[in-house]
Amino acid sequence: MPWQPGEAVPPTAFDPDVTFFTEEERAFVTAAVDRLIPADDYPSASELGVVDFIDHQLAGAYGRGDIYYMKGPFRDGLPTQGYQAQAPALLYRQAIADIRAGLARNDLADFTELEPEEQDRLLMGLSEGEDELEHTDAKTFFDTLWQNTLEGYFGDPVHGGNRDMEAWKMIGFPGARYDYRPWINHGGNPVKLEPVSVGGRMVP
Amino acid sequence: MSRILPEREVVIVGFGWTGAIMAEQLTEAGMDVLALERGVWRDTSTDYAVNNAQDEVRYRYRDELFEDLSRETLTFRNTSDQQALPMRMLGSFLPGTNVGGSGVHWNGQTWRFLPSDFQARSHNVERYGEDAIQDDMTIQDWGVTYDELEPHYDYFEKICGISGKAGNLNGEIQDGGNPFEGWRSSEYPNPPMEMVAAPLKFRDAARELGYNPFPGPSANMSQGYTNPLGVQLAPCTYCGFCEKYACGNYSKATATTTILPALMRRENFTLRTGAMVLRVEKDSSNSRATGVTYLNTEGEEFFQPAQMVILAGYITHNVNLLMQSGIGEIYNPETGEGQVGRNYAYQIMSGASVFYDDDFAVNPFVGAGALGQVIDEFNGDNFDHTGLGFIGGGYIAQWQTNGRPIESHPVPEGTPKFGAGWKKAVRESYNHTVGVGAHGAVMSFRGNYLDLDPTYTDAYGRPLMRLTFDFKQNDIRMSNYLTGKVAEIANAMGGREVSVSPVKTPYDIAPYQTTHNTGGHIMGDNPGNSVTNKYNQSWDLPNLFLTGAGNFPQNPGYNPTGTVAALAYHSAKAIREQYLRNPGPLVQA
Ligand SMILES: Cc1cc2nc3c(=O)[nH]c(=O)nc-3n(C[C@H](O)[C@H](O)[C@H](O)COP(=O)(O)OP(=O)(O)OC[C@H]3O[C@@H](n4cnc5c(N)ncnc54)[C@H](O)[C@@H]3O)c2cc1C
Repeated sequence: MPWQPGEAVPPTAFDPDVTFFTEEERAFVTAAVDRLIPADDYPSASELGVVDFIDHQLAGAYGRGDIYYMKGPFRDGLPTQGYQAQAPALLYRQAIADIRAGLARNDLADFTELEPEEQDRLLMGLSEGEDELEHTDAKTFFDTLWQNTLEGYFGDPVHGGNRDMEAWKMIGFPGARYDYRPWINHGGNPVKLEPVSVGGRMVP
Repeated sequence: MSRILPEREVVIVGFGWTGAIMAEQLTEAGMDVLALERGVWRDTSTDYAVNNAQDEVRYRYRDELFEDLSRETLTFRNTSDQQALPMRMLGSFLPGTNVGGSGVHWNGQTWRFLPSDFQARSHNVERYGEDAIQDDMTIQDWGVTYDELEPHYDYFEKICGISGKAGNLNGEIQDGGNPFEGWRSSEYPNPPMEMVAAPLKFRDAARELGYNPFPGPSANMSQGYTNPLGVQLAPCTYCGFCEKYACGNYSKATATTTILPALMRRENFTLRTGAMVLRVEKDSSNSRATGVTYLNTEGEEFFQPAQMVILAGYITHNVNLLMQSGIGEIYNPETGEGQVGRNYAYQIMSGASVFYDDDFAVNPFVGAGALGQVIDEFNGDNFDHTGLGFIGGGYIAQWQTNGRPIESHPVPEGTPKFGAGWKKAVRESYNHTVGVGAHGAVMSFRGNYLDLDPTYTDAYGRPLMRLTFDFKQNDIRMSNYLTGKVAEIANAMGGREVSVSPVKTPYDIAPYQTTHNTGGHIMGDNPGNSVTNKYNQSWDLPNLFLTGAGNFPQNPGYNPTGTVAALAYHSAKAIREQYLRNPGPLVQA
């Protein structure tokens, strides 16, 4: 077999210089993800790098939809037909522009300046598909933003989010460990281990 | 113009679980075999190294092991009167690409079907009368029996080193195993996996309710193992990254970890990767396959002549290749004519979550893909269906598979969708929640099928295949019945609260359910009801064989791969022992 000793294929590392968002988009996403996962005793989404994670993801293969079927015609689907929007980067761009324009048209403050309760209401409206956007599907945008937020918050820090594995510490997930045999018989007692990342860092 | 390559005795299209099985069996018989795989070569030690493998973003959410839909996908709708739209992103099922196929990232829950599952129609009619088969249900017998498949199930379990406990050894019921299973000629090759706390909660509750729980049959090794091909597997380390991930540890049986190390050394075997097969070619009289046309990664087209062609590309691709090649007639749901694409089926899933207080830590990350406890009282025809209004069933299990937090962060009913309340609930529930699931059968129905889409095309300019599918009344009733039993057990597991999740209808292509797609090139006893005979040989072209769950006439209540593999070994045996002597139809139409 074509095998080489000592080789491994590591993940593509996060690069903070590869970004997609404009300044306004970044401000919008920061405000939004911090309503989705706000700070309490544990950090908020943006504090853990979720915005950086999403920004980086949208600038690459994911944002471009390289491995997705992106041929037209594009049509509004039934709720059971899955993602029918343009590639994720374009989805963010269109949705954020539509939401901001909608607020401005109604003489409301920018999303980033709304009261938290108003921001929540707006996000909830998107999530239920109640609010229509002009250029793309509101619910698809919400679902994508929420999914990406979870990825950035709970994903391995090697991709730019979950800084210092804080989200893993919050829930007690030990990260990228591969051998739990000593704990098979935990008997319902918590297995408390410091998390590790595929990047290899141990947190002291 | 395609370049014409030298003829080979056997060409296999797709090199996943069944491609590897066929290649191993036929090269062992001395045949000259070439496998064409659209994806790339992958090595456990480098591509799935243990220090990289546990990465949710990379593997699960950026699809590193899954098929690339920009090349080829399908369109989907629930019913024939809707407009089908493309599956733009993977969701409900996650087929693989690359050497090893979907088998690389499976969970390893390795089942046999019940003997009566193979007589789905005749058995149910005999016991419950013709009325049990609802009008639009198109289930049928397989044309093969459990007894015929038993030696092949047995061999596959030994190739994989399945960990488990027999419940029926040569007709004698064994303590601690599944008392409902068909007879086995031998015990599992490895003892059951050692259980963590959550499946034990399920086991105890199920026992108290009078059921017979047993350890799930697992392709995760309970100890070090050497299989009949001399290939070694290592003990599972309970890392909790099985399904949707490759195992960096050589502890999960896959084609790569059980067959390839032996097969790749054989001189009469060749593997060509980066070979995307576009169609099967036929002779002018439509009586034989002459070979396949494929593209390499540079987009150059080749014609690979062969004396025998085996389609092992997973059900969706096998059916698509038949349609793109004009082999057989595409099914028409109005007239019921045509066999290709008929009887597509799936799996119907539901479950419940048990939430515990702080005094019981689940440690969900200490898990494995097929680590769990199961009851089979409500599968197949293991229970009396009189008056229930449905046939079929499923197993109920507590699998302790993972604590991967992007994917698994359960919250109790009534938790806000997002925000501070959600975050608090996640924090409180992450280490204190146990899931119980029902894994149900899906029958076949007139309105569930595959054909070609009139609008959308793939990267090669071919029409996309179109999937029309929804859960039907029989199966929804069945699933709800099982969900009731799930809730009963969940409530007996000593938690603080239970939330029940019945099956959601209509079927939605977005959330992951299972990669247990079945049908479309089904087997049967005559060309009027099937695409292949009992040896999975095409009725149309006798030198064309098809492997995989596409052969299932409907989908029983278990995961498919044990049976997928048994059928492949059964087919290979017929090729070796009958076809080679007398190449032609193995069953006279
Ligand atoms: C996430 C997940 C979990 C699963 N868990 C379980 C489980 O616990 N228990 C169980 O029983 N089953 C499970 N399965 C299902 C199991 O993986 C499949 O049943 C099994 O892999 C099917 O084998 P196959 O040979 O038919 O197809 P595959 O193993 O998918 O192989 C098909 C191969 O054909 C190649 N191919 C396709 N089209 C072409 C073409 N045109 N030209 C060239 N090559 C082509 C593909 O790239 C692929 O490598 C799971 C599947 C997934 C995805």
